[in-house]
Amino acid sequence: MSVMEGRTTSALLYLDGVHVSFDGFHAINNLSLTLEPGEMRAIIGPNGAGKTTMMDIITGKTKPDEGTVLFDGMTDLTRLDETHIAELGIGRKFQKPTVFESQTIEDNLLLALNVDHSVKGTLFWRGSRDESERIDRVLETIRLTDARNRLAGSLSHGQKQWLEIGMLLAQDPKLLLVDEPVAGMTDVETHQTAELLKEINKEKTVMVVEHDMTFVRELGVKVTCLHEGTVLAEGTIDQVSSNERVIEVYLGR
Amino acid sequence: MTPHVLTRSLDRSATVFLVVVAGLGVLIPLSNVLLPSGSSLQVPTYLVALFGKYACYAILALSIDLIWGYCGILSLGHGAFFALGGYAMGMYLMRQIGSRGVYGNPILPDFMVFLNYPALPWYWHGFDMFWFAALMVILVPGLLAFCFGWLAFRSRVTGVYLSIITQAMTYALLLAFFRNDFGFGGNNGLTDFKDILGFNVQADGTRAALFALSCLALIVTFLICRAVVTSKLGKVLIAIRDAESRTRFLGYRVESYKLFVFTLSACMAGVAGALYVPQVGIINPSEFAPGNSIEAVIWVAVGGRGTLVGAALGAVVVNYAKTYFTSGPLAPYWLFMLGALFILVTLLLPKGIVGTFNAWRESRKATEKANAESAALEDGVGEPKPAE
Repeated sequence: MSVMEGRTTSALLYLDGVHVSFDGFHAINNLSLTLEPGEMRAIIGPNGAGKTTMMDIITGKTKPDEGTVLFDGMTDLTRLDETHIAELGIGRKFQKPTVFESQTIEDNLLLALNVDHSVKGTLFWRGSRDESERIDRVLETIRLTDARNRLAGSLSHGQKQWLEIGMLLAQDPKLLLVDEPVAGMTDVETHQTAELLKEINKEKTVMVVEHDMTFVRELGVKVTCLHEGTVLAEGTIDQVSSNERVIEVYLGR
Repeated sequence: MTPHVLTRSLDRSATVFLVVVAGLGVLIPLSNVLLPSGSSLQVPTYLVALFGKYACYAILALSIDLIWGYCGILSLGHGAFFALGGYAMGMYLMRQIGSRGVYGNPILPDFMVFLNYPALPWYWHGFDMFWFAALMVILVPGLLAFCFGWLAFRSRVTGVYLSIITQAMTYALLLAFFRNDFGFGGNNGLTDFKDILGFNVQADGTRAALFALSCLALIVTFLICRAVVTSKLGKVLIAIRDAESRTRFLGYRVESYKLFVFTLSACMAGVAGALYVPQVGIINPSEFAPGNSIEAVIWVAVGGRGTLVGAALGAVVVNYAKTYFTSGPLAPYWLFMLGALFILVTLLLPKGIVGTFNAWRESRKATEKANAESAALEDGVGEPKPAE
């Protein structure tokens, strides 16, 4: 039902002519955007430009009024719910770090692992060596090995951001949607996060929404600037940041 | 390494709880039956029945804690599942009366003769068999919870809205069971029971056995709840409670989890109701009263939600207080006291009795550990650093 006949695009993520309005407010307006497999894309734009709404559409939280959203060239995401889309291999980090605060860091990662997510599967779950090794690897990547038994709620803001990225890694998706990963981070942490995302991008396709231009520059990838729910400019960071309209609505003179 | 689902990670409070319930479940019936009445150690029958009631309430509290404390589903209609289980058992007990009723009809219970029922309604068939009634005790509440939950959770009704429709559910059932033509004895409900499995329900021995069974049911319910919450599924439930949409984006079908745990919980409440009815000797529509369900939620809040032991303890403590106060001059003020208790617990002990105790013990352990570590460092007996 949700799988189209034959592949129509090489893109991993394909948005075309997407419209969404909330009570007459056009949050997304004829938005078209493609992400090739293996690509990392930075999305910038002023508040209210529709960045988070776009992620809501891709992950099934919001249904578009019009338009096409295809994953892997075959699957129509507008017909699926969040759970199904997550199972397809799209992971999401929220703008506000959202981790399971009353559970340990290790349990947070355990919950994120892409293993059997059915009621029966979790009720009769028995840990495996493979699972604990994967958790160990992620803990090492996000530098929280020593804190593995601490409650996630006791982490600093920056560490929570990292834990959430770690949960994405444990989920092992094909496409990562990362909403403002460096908000509230120190310069050092921001730099480390850029390195981490570049490392992740070696294997996965990534879409990053971020306001921090230093960080976006450090990523060194293609940039899309959104404004009023549509693409205003696209290209390298230098091209986009010298675009007249972008300077006018977003960067300021 | 035998991580059997039912015995996995029994911590100290769980062990104490099980030992106490098992001990009472054995000692109280023995003392009641074996010791001569009047002996200071003999537990009189009226107390056995009272404690049996508490045990049933404790099961109901566990069932509420499972969904509220661990999954964040605040049901204000759980009394309905309790009452449905009770009615299923009541129907069995009515059929056991046979021709000993006032009207002496071998098939129809008295109220049906009185209301000129020509024959037994179809839904009363089968209830003369204990196994069938026992099955219905679990199936009827479970099925209602499944249908209700399927609709509510799929439509993503959460929070206070869900609480309100659960209240509406129990109230609707209250009104339905009040009706004489609904076939469950209307206002008077089902009563005047004679036998259960051939034993006189009023007899001391039967009461003692029912109490022991209630304790056994409490233990089994506790172990099932514990197996659920200590499994990975339990972690998912807590994840749903704390960050529902995050859990969805990780690829969990949240509505299936809620449906599973809600249905399981309703079945447990049904069992509690079924054990309750033969011990109190009556079931009538007032058991569906919205206030009953709210009261049960208060037990859990007082004991400590998210701590299974706390829920059971809360049920016993609050009901003991109720028994104590409603039999004295303070009786008219009991509901005020209950309300005040709820407000006080919410303000001062948001984690409830057991939750607060656990937090205190944790913090003490942490301080002790920190002290021990700093002492060890001062003494220079800390772990030797590995040579580079």
